[in-house]
Amino acid sequence: MITLIKGGEVVDPHSGTVEERDILIENGNISRIFPKEALRKDSAVSATIDAIGKMIIPGLVDIHTHLREPGFEYKETIATGAMAAAAGGYSAIACMPNTAPPNDCRSVTEFIIEQGKRAEGAAVYPIATISKGQKGESLVDFCELAAAGAVGVSDDGFPVVNSELMRRALEYARYCGLTVISHCEDLNLSKGGVMHEGEISTRIGLPGIACASEDIFVYREISLARLTRCPVHIAHVSTGVSVELIRRAKEEGLPVTAETAPHYFTLDHGSVVGYDTRYKVNPPLRTSEDVAEIKKGLADGVIDVIATDHAPHDSLEKDVEFDNAAFGMIGLQTALPLTLELVRDGVITLPDAIRKLSSNGAAVLGIPGGEIKEGGIADLAIIDVDCEYGFEEKDILSKSKNSPFLGRMLKGRCDLTMVGGKIVYQRET
Amino acid sequence: MEALSAADIRLILNTADSLKPISLRDIKKAPTLRGKSVVNFFYEPSTRTRSSFEIAAKRLSADTFSLSASTSSMVKGETLLDTARNLQAMNPDVIVLRHSSSGAPYVFAKELRASVINAGDGINEHPTQALLDLYTIREKKGGIKGLKIAIIGDIAHSRVARSDIIGLLKMGADVTVAGPPTLIPKGIEAMGVSVSNDPAIAVKDSDVIMLLRVQFERQSKLLFPSIREYGTFFCLNENMLKGAKKDVIVMHPGPLNRGVEISNGVADGPYSVILDQVANGVAVRMAVLYLLIGGAKSDNVD
Repeated sequence: MITLIKGGEVVDPHSGTVEERDILIENGNISRIFPKEALRKDSAVSATIDAIGKMIIPGLVDIHTHLREPGFEYKETIATGAMAAAAGGYSAIACMPNTAPPNDCRSVTEFIIEQGKRAEGAAVYPIATISKGQKGESLVDFCELAAAGAVGVSDDGFPVVNSELMRRALEYARYCGLTVISHCEDLNLSKGGVMHEGEISTRIGLPGIACASEDIFVYREISLARLTRCPVHIAHVSTGVSVELIRRAKEEGLPVTAETAPHYFTLDHGSVVGYDTRYKVNPPLRTSEDVAEIKKGLADGVIDVIATDHAPHDSLEKDVEFDNAAFGMIGLQTALPLTLELVRDGVITLPDAIRKLSSNGAAVLGIPGGEIKEGGIADLAIIDVDCEYGFEEKDILSKSKNSPFLGRMLKGRCDLTMVGGKIVYQRET
Repeated sequence: MEALSAADIRLILNTADSLKPISLRDIKKAPTLRGKSVVNFFYEPSTRTRSSFEIAAKRLSADTFSLSASTSSMVKGETLLDTARNLQAMNPDVIVLRHSSSGAPYVFAKELRASVINAGDGINEHPTQALLDLYTIREKKGGIKGLKIAIIGDIAHSRVARSDIIGLLKMGADVTVAGPPTLIPKGIEAMGVSVSNDPAIAVKDSDVIMLLRVQFERQSKLLFPSIREYGTFFCLNENMLKGAKKDVIVMHPGPLNRGVEISNGVADGPYSVILDQVANGVAVRMAVLYLLIGGAKSDNVD
């Protein structure tokens, strides 16, 4: 079977170009890419996809997703998460290990991979825990997990407090080919907090989480990267100080990479006034100055990756008092349009946006994806960057609907997503 | 208090003025709210506020019903929203809600047709306490505008302080807060108050001193070294009081920790208006109930 995608503008993150191309797909791979009008009628083509007026991008790669399976299937399953990802333009997602049981052993990793294969949607890559039971006491069997298919390790949500353990994790993980992802939070400092500590938390009487709780751990991870010369990836950066610390670490040549999530460059702590629990997220929404620094970090390359931190929660966890509500918001279907807002605002270029949403994340985890090239795997998405629409609950394919962007006008959406040449999502028109 | 304008506050205080005499009569009852039902739902323990609301409602002839967390289904795991829906099904006119989570009255008010009165939510607000404080200040001083007011104690975790600050500033007072640095929340200046760590500076030339209760459980959260140390440096005693204006009044929302935030001499001395506050609490809560359900239905008071 040979599929032709015709007339779309291809965004190539590697060359940074946006040019009209026709793409031939054979056996799951991109067999040929033709410049505009270079393709003569090819009788072997069995299906043609019209992409005129649309853009073709590498399938997006999310390196920070929570899929909730096993253990919390009422919030999300691997199948529903993979489907929501495909609808958001993602061809690959990596899922965090804070399930029940947590992904700290081979059987859970293999289970996730099997469920991922059964799912119709984005490819699923498991991230295992750093420590057994995410208790921060001893390392999991890194090499065995890597062999089983884990692509990274993280005690997401339960940061490794013991610096010695973190040091050994960095050293041992590199040997096994695993990326260490650090959720930076000083739990003693953030304890009891439910939003950013500042003017707003003081005014509306909610316990705060100081920026320092993130900054302290970012600095520790940078220090450990300097000590070990082993790579470390900083998850969901939310503060201006963290951006500056990472900037200096990169200038020093340390192997540090970083991600942020769309809510950290779109929303600030003012959103929490009114106690709407959809805005409760960890790390919390910070000040407008922090938002500006995050954008600066995205623009100058300090922040490599835009990840979703997609965190599905049922109304059971969200329709409660603000104090008692769970942290987190879904994000797989809003990351692309919110990032395109940055492009329209002139913060980053379109190829840069696609790079941060795809190839940079793939490189952090060492997984395929993030490129459109002859001979490469046909993981791609066709997007309509001009399409404007109100984001509604019926659009959400996740099992949970906890998005703060419901009711917001978004611009840009995914029309079709392909994984290995197979269409896994096509928007109904 | 955040939602009330200065005009709203004046209306409530004036209404309290006209309702206060009811409590001084032989027969302490007016028929104004006959046939109305008021539910006191206290998710957190409270003696003063709950009995004050109960007396206020009864003096206006409303039927009252009290519910506490331990007698409600919340101990059986019912969610706040479900509790709200169940209460709504019984069609009360007012629900007086005390809850440990900031913003809980919003959850309630969204779900209910009944009016919701916030009787204290987490560390956010305690609006009727602020109203009775404003009432008491106005009664003793003839007005609020231009007064120099010191609020001393745990500003960070006090819903009373937050509501008082908002209300006092709306009425044109000049407010200074004081306490150990660990109990002064970040960004409090943005609300429009001055900040001092030295209570003597805040007390100097003040017309009104408002003390806050020291919550002993805060000590375990490393917020100050010991009750003894707090008492030594932050307790309002007669000596410190000398710096204030001659006609200063001293207020406290209760319950008192004598010897910790207030000395015996000050608590029982000539400047203390602490018991007037309690008496006025009934009048102010009568006013709030009356304004909400006595006439046409209006917005929730928060």
